[in-house]
Amino acid sequence: MNDGREKTSGEDTLLTISDVERIFGGERRLFGGRAPAVHAVQSLSLSVRKGETLGVVGESGCGKSTLARLVVGLDDPTSGEIVFDGENLTDLARKDGNSLARKVQYVFQDPVASLNPRKTIRTILEAPLKHLTDLDKDGREKRLTELLQAVNLAPEFLERYPHEFSGGQAQRIGIARALAAGPELIVLDEPVSALDVSVQAQVLNLLDGLKKTFGLTYIFISHDLSVVESVCDRVAVMYFGRIAELGPARNVFGTPMHPYTDLLMRSAPAPGRHVLMAEDASAELPDPYNPPAGCAFAARCNRKTGACLDNLPAPDQAPGPDSGHIAACYHPLIEA
Amino acid sequence: MGAYIAKRLLAAIPVLFGLTIIVFLIMAMIPGDPATAILGSYATPENVAKLNRDLGLDKSLPEQYVIWLGNLFQGDLGRSYSLNRPVLDEVLERFSATLILAGTALVLCSVFGLLAGIVSAVRQYGWADKIITLLVLMGISTPSFFLGLLLILVFAVKLRLFPASGMYAIYGGGDLPDLIHHLTLPALTLSVVATGVVARLTRTAMLEVLRQDYIRTARAKGLPEREVIYKHAFKSALVSVVPVIGIQAGFVIGGAVYIETVFQWPGIGSMLVKAIATRDLLLVQGGVLVVAAAYVLFNLLADVVQTLIDPRLR
Amino acid sequence: MTNTAISGKGRQAGKSARPGTFSLLLNNTLATAGLIILIAVCLLALAAPVLPLLNPDVTAPANRLLPVFSTGHLLGTDHLGRDLLSRLIWGTRVSLAVGVSATIIAAVFGSMLGLVAGYAGGRTDTVIMRGIDMVMAFPYILLALAIVAVLGPGLLNALYAIALVNIPFFARNIRGITLGLSRREFVDAARLSGKSPAQILFVEILPNVLPVIVITMSTTVGWMILETAGLSFLGLGAQPPQADLGSMLGEGRKILFTAPHVSIVPGVMIFVLVMAINLLGDGVRDILDPRLRAGSLTRPVARTVVLRNPADVPAPSGDENILDVRRLRTEFQIGGTVYHAVGGVDLALRQGECLGIVGESGSGKSLTAMSIMGLVPTPPGRIAGGAAYLEGEDLFAASDRRIRDLRGGSVAYVFQDPLSTLHPLFTVGNQLEEAIRTHQPLSRARTREKAIELLSLVRIPNPKERLTTYPHELSGGMRQRVCIAMALANDARVLIADEPTTALDVTVQSQILTLMNGLRRERNAAILFITHDFGVVSAICDRIAVMYAGRIVETGKTDDILASPQHPYTAKLIECVPVLGEPERRLDAIDGRPPVVNNLPEGCAFADRCPQAQSLCRTGEIELVAAGADRGVRCLFPMNREPSA
Ligand SMILES: Nc1ncnc2c1ncn2[C@@H]1O[C@H](COP(=O)(O)OP(=O)(O)OP(=O)(O)O)[C@@H](O)[C@H]1O
Ligand code: SF4
Ligand code: SF4
Ligand SMILES: [Mg+2]
Repeated sequence: MNDGREKTSGEDTLLTISDVERIFGGERRLFGGRAPAVHAVQSLSLSVRKGETLGVVGESGCGKSTLARLVVGLDDPTSGEIVFDGENLTDLARKDGNSLARKVQYVFQDPVASLNPRKTIRTILEAPLKHLTDLDKDGREKRLTELLQAVNLAPEFLERYPHEFSGGQAQRIGIARALAAGPELIVLDEPVSALDVSVQAQVLNLLDGLKKTFGLTYIFISHDLSVVESVCDRVAVMYFGRIAELGPARNVFGTPMHPYTDLLMRSAPAPGRHVLMAEDASAELPDPYNPPAGCAFAARCNRKTGACLDNLPAPDQAPGPDSGHIAACYHPLIEA
Repeated sequence: MGAYIAKRLLAAIPVLFGLTIIVFLIMAMIPGDPATAILGSYATPENVAKLNRDLGLDKSLPEQYVIWLGNLFQGDLGRSYSLNRPVLDEVLERFSATLILAGTALVLCSVFGLLAGIVSAVRQYGWADKIITLLVLMGISTPSFFLGLLLILVFAVKLRLFPASGMYAIYGGGDLPDLIHHLTLPALTLSVVATGVVARLTRTAMLEVLRQDYIRTARAKGLPEREVIYKHAFKSALVSVVPVIGIQAGFVIGGAVYIETVFQWPGIGSMLVKAIATRDLLLVQGGVLVVAAAYVLFNLLADVVQTLIDPRLR
Repeated sequence: MTNTAISGKGRQAGKSARPGTFSLLLNNTLATAGLIILIAVCLLALAAPVLPLLNPDVTAPANRLLPVFSTGHLLGTDHLGRDLLSRLIWGTRVSLAVGVSATIIAAVFGSMLGLVAGYAGGRTDTVIMRGIDMVMAFPYILLALAIVAVLGPGLLNALYAIALVNIPFFARNIRGITLGLSRREFVDAARLSGKSPAQILFVEILPNVLPVIVITMSTTVGWMILETAGLSFLGLGAQPPQADLGSMLGEGRKILFTAPHVSIVPGVMIFVLVMAINLLGDGVRDILDPRLRAGSLTRPVARTVVLRNPADVPAPSGDENILDVRRLRTEFQIGGTVYHAVGGVDLALRQGECLGIVGESGSGKSLTAMSIMGLVPTPPGRIAGGAAYLEGEDLFAASDRRIRDLRGGSVAYVFQDPLSTLHPLFTVGNQLEEAIRTHQPLSRARTREKAIELLSLVRIPNPKERLTTYPHELSGGMRQRVCIAMALANDARVLIADEPTTALDVTVQSQILTLMNGLRRERNAAILFITHDFGVVSAICDRIAVMYAGRIVETGKTDDILASPQHPYTAKLIECVPVLGEPERRLDAIDGRPPVVNNLPEGCAFADRCPQAQSLCRTGEIELVAAGADRGVRCLFPMNREPSA
């Protein structure tokens, strides 16, 4: 938890998430009692530096998307605060609903579903220009051309409807829309998992180019370790709503400290790899309605001890040998 | 499962209360002065005031409601002035006749509707499908009161196969065959529209289900087509058809208003029409309340049946 | 309903020249008939004041109850001697006006409530929907009666009553749609584009809801006309001397036995009017409802239709193969367009071997697998050529009965998404036992035992307890284990697994892959394993066949292909995927996209994207050429070819 604060001191920090929690359900019921609650994200602290690509990996249901929605303001944290460029997000949103959208944008997982089927691409791309910038008509027209050029689409696509596009093209439009208002940070939520492998590489290369051209910062969410490894500077591995391991991509993937990261790495299939690590069938996520008291990974962990079952390891329980590499584990694979 | 049913029953209580409030408010909203309506225009102001006091109409609305509800709990729905008997007695007597008619129609529409729907789906675009589809469209386009008149004209007047009206023969009737004899035409008429609706929905539901991945799995297992359709697909289709049958119960009970008038069936529908015409509002109130309560309970039943079929809803 | 195919066909006319909604409607015979009748009736009703009609309200006791076709009274007269034709047309005018106004009132108020409730959610939604539920707790007509009781009989009051009781119907429908839409990503995207809630509701959501409102209106107008007529029939609607069709019928009823034509004339008119509206409404629904429109509500038959030239059935390639697919061609016919989804695939699977089919989405992997046992949905699919031999037996020539015995018996399938492939309403045990019972005549107890054995075989803990669980109560990995258990129920010799791990998380994927690998070695079963992931292939497959645009472009031993791909597509496909542990690798994207299979180019289908392409590549048929043992390449200028190979 100290990690967040430590990072804030650096002047190049763009976004700081401290101790954020998001609970779904749990509202009061008509006849007393409460509806069951799920902690989608729990005491999560993280900071994003200007110009970097921060990867967030984890399996389905671990809270990646929830985190992404919190950052772009599509959802509000139950507790904790998110500070962008020195300003609290909640305050920012209160001051002007659109001020956050000018700085932070989002690219969706399902490119086609994120485009309104009844609007032309022009209408879709013009919306952020109209509402988030004060460009006049000519200025908007000029910007539209620039945007299409940036994402490698022909200008005649402007008058077409979303259903006429393939997944890869639709995702380019989604990226163009995110770029429209000139944001500093873009949250990419599984931007390539709905795409075919050959198109996936096109989009990854495009994203890479745009980042350099426009000096962007990315939060890149994915369940695919190899994709994250190839595009990210730093990585956060999430498990059951919390960060299990955080650090420079090179270190996290090169010398994983958390047993969960290690399991992920050894489960991932790769061309030429014949034997995968496999656990028992009984290895499953804990019940979200009835979370364990100690480490959430304990049931699947072969390094666990009594301490793991009783108390939650702190996010920086295990500081790694390299600076900024931490793991929430009592018995990490490598010690500092 | 028991817990689920208990929960649903509990949840029905507020709905029933809501019903009483709506019914009460509708009656309270009636323009004009009920006392004058009852006593006629020659009533003296004193008489009106006295009756208003007797009826509790000098109190505030919430007070009136509480008193009314208290009476309701004791089975007192007031007295019908046009019939000069307790509303509850009249309503219950009439309601049982409606129940026989509507119940029969509901059974008919479920059976024929489901069958027609399945055949139509399985023979999609075949002649059976086309004929059923056309019949269904005709069924839901025919005004039931007109159909009733036509049936009377043909089967009662011309062919003399069935009686034109009533529930029992006036002389020597009263047994079950007599009832069935009288019931046939009105029940058939009443079920036509609902059958159409159920058939249409069953067809769509079956077609939707037959495209699902688990139907492919059933075929990949080597199941005979008969089992694929009548076991795997039909069960899933039922999940969406059962609530529709629940809603049809409402349409059938409502439709009974026409059919009872046409066939002079001594049910609650014809009673309501008369009561409205004579502005016997307490009778209207009682009738509406009982029918609505029965409908709520029936929908509850449909809900429970649906949950029995679909474990995901539990 | 009958006309789904027709409208479906219309849509396929092509994206560029999409036919308008109206011309689609005209394609539908019944709907067109409805439209014509409706227009005729409307014109008649509108023209009533200028038509040379007798005054509908003038009584002429001398002319009472004239029959139909009397001189001067085409449809006769009623009990007061009024002209029925004139009354009919004026009455239709009233009925139409009332029905349409009631629909519009109900649609406007109901849709507003539904839109607001669905979009606002939370408390607003709860309050609105509880109110709606309360109103819906009354049987429909009863509520209308109660309202008329309050307002007093009269046509206008009947109109209000009918409109009012229909508001909940619209509200519910529209709320459901709105709720679904407002969870869609494009709504979030609009919010992030800076749009206000009102803008989102009316500019983003409403256009998507509008078709549903129109559908609901077109299916309720007829109903509303019936209902107002009903109230009038009971004497609670139109009051004399005003008449609508319902009140005419009500008056005629009293003299039904003596002069039936007085009631039959308005009754038939109501029927014709409502029928026309319903026919049209059905047509409108077919066109506007995207599900019906795509023709997707067609029922697939039990087995894929085989339409191959009997004179051109390829012979099996060898005896040692347990499964032998030869020149398989599977097509889709949608409207006038034929998609050659599988264009001549050869596959051979030996005992105990695992063959991987790799390719991008749309390359025809699944169709190849489904074709083998006739599981491609017909319509629109069909097997257009080739053969599949299971131990020498031609599967496409086998009887339906025989195929049923083989399905789940000798050849078993495991599909991609274990949640949708298991029946949600039957327990795991029930589905497993069914798989066993279909092929083995065992006693109940023995079947159950066998089911438990199968569950332990796929390493499910507490197999006995799991028998009574439903699929939704299991995790994704467990469900897939159940599917595998089901596939193993009858000692299948060939297992066809269609992306069995794609829907799973990596850790679960490795569990399932390890399980399948172990099982195939234990049981010496052959597996046809479909995936798009070369990593997964490495973990389980002995050999690979790479598919592109419906054909196999390269085949060979897994390690050979990964080490030295010869087809440019294979090479590119391997290079464009990041590999764990090699973050510095530059991703080499493949430009462009795969060709659409209804219009394949001549020559090599990959030519447009191929860096090696030459003019020769774009002409003629390119064969799969053998290049060493187990190796074949469909390319004129293959790569990585060592001279000695
Ligand atoms: N609106 C919601 N209501 C209730 N629970 C929710 C909601 N959104 C998310 N959750 C729960 O929160 C947890 C985290 O969800 P989230 O979608 O953020 O995970 P994810 O890692 O992005 O999953 P995936 O990879 O499948 O998209 C899950 O257990 C999920 O069921
Ligand atoms: S804290 Fe304990 S149980 Fe949790 S991952 Fe570390 S060693 Fe395993
Ligand atoms: S045949 Fe020609 S175009 Fe096709 S893959 Fe080979 S080199 Fe490329
Ligand atoms: Mg997600």
